[in-house]
This record gives sequence, C-alpha cells and structure tokens, in this order.
Amino acid sequence: MKEVISEWKDEKRFIIAKKKLVNIRFPKFKNFFLWISILVIMFLTSCAIVPEWIAPYSPTAMRSDQILLAPSLQHLFGTDYFGRDVFSLVVHGSRPALLIGVCAVLVSSLVGSAIGMIAGYVGGIVDVIVMRIVEMMQSIPGVLLALALAAAMGPSFRNLVIAIAISAVPSYARVMRGQVLSIKNRPFILASRSIGTANSVIFFKHILPHSYSPLLVMASNGLGTAILTSSGLSFLGLGVVSDIPDWGMLLSQGRNYIAAGWWIATFPGLAIALFVLAVNIIGDSLRDYLDPKKRMV
Amino acid sequence: MLKLLVNRFLTALIVLFGSLFVVFSINYFLPTDVVDTLMSMNSSDPEVVQNLRRELGLDLPFHTQFLNYITDIFHGDFGTSAIDGEPVINKILTQFPDTVLLTLASICIAGAIGLTLGVLSAVHQNTIVDYVARVIGLFGISMPTFWSGILLILIFSISLGWFPAMGSEGFSSLVLPSVTLGLVGAGFIVRVVRNSMLEIIHENFILTLRAKGLSERVIMYRHALRNALIPAITMIGVIIGDFLGGTVVVETVFARQGVGRLVADAIVAKDLPVIQGVVFFTAILYVVINLVIDISYSIIDPRIRRNQLGG
Amino acid sequence: MGATLLDVNDLTVGFKTKNGLLTAISNIFLTIKPSETICLVGESGSGKSVMAKTIMRLIDYDNGIISKGRIQLEDQDLTALSNKELNRIRGKKIAMISQEPLSAFDPVFTIGDQLVETMVKHLKLSKKEAWQRGTELLAKVGLSDPAIRMKQYPNELSGGMLQRAMIAMALSCHPDLLIADEPTTALDVTIQSQIIHLLNSLKKEFNMAVLLITHDLGVAAQLADRIVVMYAGTIVEEGTVEQIFSQPHHPYTSGLLQSIPSINSKKEEKLFSIEGSIPNLSDMPEGCRFHPRCPFATEKCRLESPPLNIIEGQKSACWHTSDLIAKKSFSVAEKQGKSLQYRVSIKPANIAKEPLLEVRGLSKYYPIKYSRKKIKAVDHVSLKRFIKGKHLD
Repeated sequence: MKEVISEWKDEKRFIIAKKKLVNIRFPKFKNFFLWISILVIMFLTSCAIVPEWIAPYSPTAMRSDQILLAPSLQHLFGTDYFGRDVFSLVVHGSRPALLIGVCAVLVSSLVGSAIGMIAGYVGGIVDVIVMRIVEMMQSIPGVLLALALAAAMGPSFRNLVIAIAISAVPSYARVMRGQVLSIKNRPFILASRSIGTANSVIFFKHILPHSYSPLLVMASNGLGTAILTSSGLSFLGLGVVSDIPDWGMLLSQGRNYIAAGWWIATFPGLAIALFVLAVNIIGDSLRDYLDPKKRMV
Repeated sequence: MLKLLVNRFLTALIVLFGSLFVVFSINYFLPTDVVDTLMSMNSSDPEVVQNLRRELGLDLPFHTQFLNYITDIFHGDFGTSAIDGEPVINKILTQFPDTVLLTLASICIAGAIGLTLGVLSAVHQNTIVDYVARVIGLFGISMPTFWSGILLILIFSISLGWFPAMGSEGFSSLVLPSVTLGLVGAGFIVRVVRNSMLEIIHENFILTLRAKGLSERVIMYRHALRNALIPAITMIGVIIGDFLGGTVVVETVFARQGVGRLVADAIVAKDLPVIQGVVFFTAILYVVINLVIDISYSIIDPRIRRNQLGG
Repeated sequence: MGATLLDVNDLTVGFKTKNGLLTAISNIFLTIKPSETICLVGESGSGKSVMAKTIMRLIDYDNGIISKGRIQLEDQDLTALSNKELNRIRGKKIAMISQEPLSAFDPVFTIGDQLVETMVKHLKLSKKEAWQRGTELLAKVGLSDPAIRMKQYPNELSGGMLQRAMIAMALSCHPDLLIADEPTTALDVTIQSQIIHLLNSLKKEFNMAVLLITHDLGVAAQLADRIVVMYAGTIVEEGTVEQIFSQPHHPYTSGLLQSIPSINSKKEEKLFSIEGSIPNLSDMPEGCRFHPRCPFATEKCRLESPPLNIIEGQKSACWHTSDLIAKKSFSVAEKQGKSLQYRVSIKPANIAKEPLLEVRGLSKYYPIKYSRKKIKAVDHVSLKRFIKGKHLD
C-alpha cells in the first residue's frame, strides 16, 4: 500500500461518517451479543416446551422443611415461602409467558397490519374512518387499555391475549398503512396498473413483498412489549390464575418476602428481563440487516 | 396556520369523544357489571339484582346510557366507587398531585439522560460512550419496572439504606421511583435520538456545511441536533403515555400514593367504576398532552409550518 | 500569467473497503490559474466528483485516503493540513456548490441564517453586517425580494431559486476558487441556461477561478477556458475549448463529441454511443484503460499504459494520437462500422383512415385540501387524432 500522506491528527474524537457501507460491517462485539441472544431464546423456548426435562423439581412441590433457603447447589435460585424450588418455578413459568406473548403478537400484528394495509390501499372514506378509530384507540396509553380490558373481561388466557393484542393493534395499523401509502404511488405500481393488472394482484404481488420488513421488526419488538405487559398485568393480579404461577405473579409474591429472601423476586424478574433483552437485540439486528441493504443509496 | 390549530383541536375533540366511547363500550359489553360486584358482597336474590339494575339505570338501551354517561362526565361526575361509594372524581383528584410529581421527575431524568447519551453516542460512534449508551438503551426498554424497582429497593434501601423503600413523603422517597421509571424513558429516548442523529449525519446538507468550513462541533450540536430532535419530540408523547401507565406498577412497588396505586387497588377489589374513571381521566390528559405536542411540533418544524412554495 | 492558484501533483485517491484499498483516481496532474475556468468532463464513475471532493479534503468523510500526491493551494499543501486549518480554507478560499440544491440546505434554518453563518465565521462580521451583505448577495444572484428570501426556509423556494441561493452562499466570502459539481444537472433546460449565464458573469465580477464538473459537453463549451477529460479515474485529454472541439486527440473524447445529439441530425439516424461501459473500480483493464472500447486499439495499447503527450499545449494519453490526426481518421463512429441509417425505412403507405385514439375536451383538476379551489392541470384539451402508423407531432 502506498504511503499515506493524509491523516486526521486532531478532531479524531469526532466521527468520520461512513457513507455507504454503514452498519453492514458489524463489529465482532455486536455479533457476539446476537448469538448469545439467540441461545437465550432457544433455551427459554425449550423451557416452555419441555419444562419437565429442565427443571430439577416440580414447581408445585411444597416442602415445609425447606422454606426460604438461599441459592445453593441443590436449589440454584433458592426456595420460596412454600418450599418450592425457585429455579423450577422460573423454568415452568416460561411457558405462560411465551404463549401469551407469541399469541398476542401474532394476533395484533396480523390484525393490525391487515387493517392498516387495507385502509392504506383502498383509501377514501374507508381510510378516514379506520384511521379515526385507530386514533381513538391510541388515545389511551397501551398499558392502561390492556389493564382496563383485562380487568373488565376477567382473567383468562384468551382474554389476556385479546387485551394485550388490542392495545398493540393501532401501532401496526399506522405503520403498515404508511408503508402501503408510500409504495402505492411509486412508478412501478403505476406502470403495472397501466397494463391492466388487477388490484388484488398488485396488492399481493407487488405491495405485500415490499412491506413486510417493518412488520418483522415491529413484531420482534412487540414480542418484548407483550411479555412485559402480560407479566406486568399478572404482577398486579390480573394474570391467569393457575397452580403454576407465571413470572409476574412470582414477583408479586416475592415482593412480600423481599427482606427475608431476595432471590424469590430477583430471579423471575431476571428471566423476564433477559428474555425481553434477547428479543430486542434480535429485533435490532433484524432491523439493521433488513434496512441499509435495501436502502437505495 | 390558524387553520392548522383549529383542525388539530377538532381532531382532538373527536378522538376524546371516541375514547369515551371505547371506555364506555368496554363497560357496557361486559358479562359482569357493577351490580354483580356489589351483589357478591351481599345477597344475590335475582329480584333485588333486577331492582338495583333498574335503579342504577343499567337496563336502559345503549345510546341512552351513553348519553347519560356523557352528560355525567361533562358535569364532572365520573361515577361512584363500587366499594365505598365515594365519587370517583374526588378519589382521582386527591391522588393526582403525587402522580404528577412522579411523572414530572421521571420525565426530567429520562430526558436528561436520554438526550445527552443519545447525542454523544451518535457523535462519538463506536467509542465507550456509544457502547454505554446502547447498553442503557437496551436495558431501559427491556427491564420490567416491577423488577427494576424491586432491585433498586434491594440495593439502595435495604442494603445501603440511602433511600426509603416506601411512602410518598419528602424528596428522598421520590428518587427511587422516578429513577425506575426514568430509566425506561431514557432507554427509549437514547435509541430514538441516536438513530435520528445517525440518519441526519448522512444527509447531503451536512456535506455542504463541511464545505463551508464550519467546525465539526457546530455542525453536530447546532445543525444535526436540531434536525434530530424533531422525531424525538414525537417520542415524548408516547413516553408520557407509557409513564402514565407505568405509574400503576411503580406506585404499587414503592407503596406510593397516586392515581396508579388507586387503579391497582381497584383491580384487586374489582372496583370497576374507579378503573374506568381513571382510564378515562388519563385519556383526557393524554389527548391534551398530545395536542400540545402536536402543535409545538408544527411550530418547531418549519417544513410543516409554512407549506407553500414561493414564486 | 501569474502564479498558479491550484496545483495538483500526481494525486492518487482510494477508498478503504473490506477488501483493501480501492483506487478511485490515479496520477492526476492538474493546474488551475487564478480566474481561469477549467471543466472536468467525464461519464458517471469517471472519478470527477472524487476529484472535487478531494481538493476540499472532503472525501476523508467517506473513508477516502489520499495515498499519493500533493495538492498545492498557493503556498499551502492541502494534503498535509489538519482539519482545523482546512476549515479556515473551506468556504473562504475554496467554495463548493453541488448538484441537488434542496439537499444542500439545512431544512430547519432560514436561508439567511445559513448565508450568515459562513460570513460570521470567516470574515468575522457581526450578524447584522453579514445579514445585510447576504441580502445584497441574493440580489446579485438574481433573486427577487431578497430581503424576504433571507427569512424564508429552504422548502419554500423552488429548485432554481435554491441553486442561486447556494451560489450566493458559496460566493459570500469571496473565494479564490469555486468548485461547481454538476450545478445544472438537476435543473430543467431553461433554468440551466440562466444559471450558466449567472455563473459566467459572477466569475468575472468576483475574479474567481472555477472548476466545473459536468458530463455535459454543451455546458462545458459555454463556461470553460480549458477542458480536462477524465476516464476511469485518469486524465485522458486536456486542452482549450477550441482545441478539444475542433480536433480531439483522444478516441474517447472523439466518441464523446460524436455522442452529442444535435438539432441538425436527421430523424432516420441512430444516436451514436460508444460501445461498452466504464470499467468497475475493482476490475481495471491492463494497459490503456480505454482499450477494450477503443476501435483504434492495438497490442501495445493492451500492454502498456500511455503517458500524457503534449502537442501544442494539448495533452492526450494515447499511443496513436499523431497517427490518427495525420490520417484524419478520427471518427469513432465510422471506425466502428456503424451504419447511421436505419435498415427499415418508414413506409408512408400504411396510414389507416380511422383514428386510433381521440381526446376531446379533457380536463383534470387536483383539489387542494381545505379549500374550494382546484389546480387545473389540464383544461379542455382536445388532441389531434392518433393515426396508426404515424407518431404524433
């Protein structure tokens, strides 16, 4: 390589903005976190699918001679006031968390995007009405809406999913409508129309494939939010009542014994945090991967 | 410009009306209602139930009930608590100041941390500051408040004894709760600010500014920042909404007085009118705040402010 | 004439990529005298924009590295200066105007603010004085109501107005050299000629040297004193306007000149274009870079890269210049054996009697939001009948 004459001697602390190859080159650091996140998700998913294989004890086994033990080799996360092994509780608690989260996200993303895309594509009075309704739903902060719905409908799996899904639908509707609108007026769509392509064909063959990337990113971040909301609701007492407590409920129980046993509240919360963190990291990486490549420079 | 304001205001009214409709509908279409709650504590003689329903006007058709509801709201009557019969509006207003305090403190923390870190992280990309900012960003949006709150209590109250774990008295009791909420907000703000700064930095006009010989500092902190703030401001509306919802959990964890705690207790007691009343009250607040943000947004962004092409 | 203003000496610039250093321009020698107008001509990808940005040391922001050479501005070597020192030169001694006027302005500041900020920094004027001067400058570049324009935001002005404002901004500190990177490409033809006139008068008034970058030889002809032709990152020809247009010395230049459509060309003639396309940066041909597309190429061209030879002040990088001039066989089109006539001639006999399409009284209105008025795009238009076999004139 030839001798380099130019050099930034001072002002090196300010960025030298990279123009076209931004973000495609991950520093190895970031890749490392991505892989860890994927491992975490895989682990937690297996916990949800086959908790019996991973948890050393049954979550409902209460042993009055083993209450409030600190974390040790026999009980990785300690035991609670009822003598239950906290580690097993956490492992079993992954199933409700995951189930509610995934279902809520599926419902909200599909319904929300359908609403948004149709409103955007059809336009006219349909668009106006639909978007007003969406705005009205958005006038109540998401958590409160889910709360009100859950409180009103009563605690059951189905109701919780519906409540969380409804509070998330507006943002999907808005974003996907925006996507459709921006693609609808591009020259290649006009060209397609001018040769007589049917509306439905244009929609499914042209508009849909260009719109799914923000949907994926939103859905992955939405999974995190859904889990936070659902465990928040069960912390407050609105969760599904069952003999296998979910993470939020564990935390609310643990809060009562916080001075006696810090581990009861800490570890379930850690599980939630790690799960959501992993989901968010994957969502971020997904966004980075999908975006600059397709961005026309 | 005036047209814009009027338009926004009218839209806000419509939205408000709509949210009222939503809240009311939730209540109306429920399988259970207030009477059931009351009855569960007393006898459940169907005759009595029916009479009570008629008395409370709960067997009237939808539109009549809705109209009654609206007129009531207009008069400030948000219904009465199913548990102790007190007017809901009174309960809300007594608890309101504490929640406002908490929300304001949290916004300050979120804004201060979020803005500084967001800007610094974009300007000094791939340095320590950037990594710290990105970590805080990720943790902020991932940690459940009921967990981070408990952790903070564990560390700073129980172990170190610096701040009280509960209560609403005095400044020191405000610290931990507002940090809990504030970190979440900071997480959001850092991410939004950082992303929009990074986008701005690659715009063409930055090249022109460099060609004019302006120092990097001026370009970043005067030009890029001001452009980046615009999308960030829209975020603030969302964050305030999240905070309003988040106070439910945080006030419970820290046993603070406040509207959130009111709702949390009402949930346990199945006191529907209170929950409804709070939700609607929050909706009004939220719509007003968003209206203000909307209006200030159109003032700040010149592209929106004057939308005609000169000759 | 006097001392040179800018002296580029054996400049080589590359970009840092994953796969190493990608060379964008190599071994560039260029001198610009004060008040001279030089035009860098070339296709997209020839490296001309890189040249412009390198002179102002702006490619460093794009991961560019000057791997060889010097850029001498009067008595300073620009390649050796720190960013702070460069910032004293940018905007003051060298100024730049770019292609897309709207994206050259910060959308959230007024035109006035952006004009003033350069003057305050470089000329140490007070804001008031700078504002006054800015208004005068806007008048000078031909903007009406300059005082009002100063207070307006970029999105309120049209493309042509913004281009003028950008020129005013560049000239505000009386630079010695103005670099104009495709200043007319994004404008429509009428505005284009206005801007060219403006640039011509301003450069005389401000006594500036101008480095004009364009792919449009027509624009070059109107503005330049000398033309430098670039291809694939190197200079292939250099000469005065008269020299280049009357007798190009390089096959590429000749090809470029023949590609210009003229108003005199017959309808039946095909438009000429040079075969092939510009090579990829990472995939440069050996020897003379133009040889794969050159109809005069010989074995020598494939093996060795020709040096710049000078004939009466006109430089060209070709092994065969003298032969080609002597034989007067410089028409690339003829050499390529391209027939300039279409094979199929238009038979007038098949014109149908019935119209294919008829448009009568067509109007299209666009409603403006919130008002009763409408923009009338098309109002009661009737078109002549389209007849099969003929196109509409």
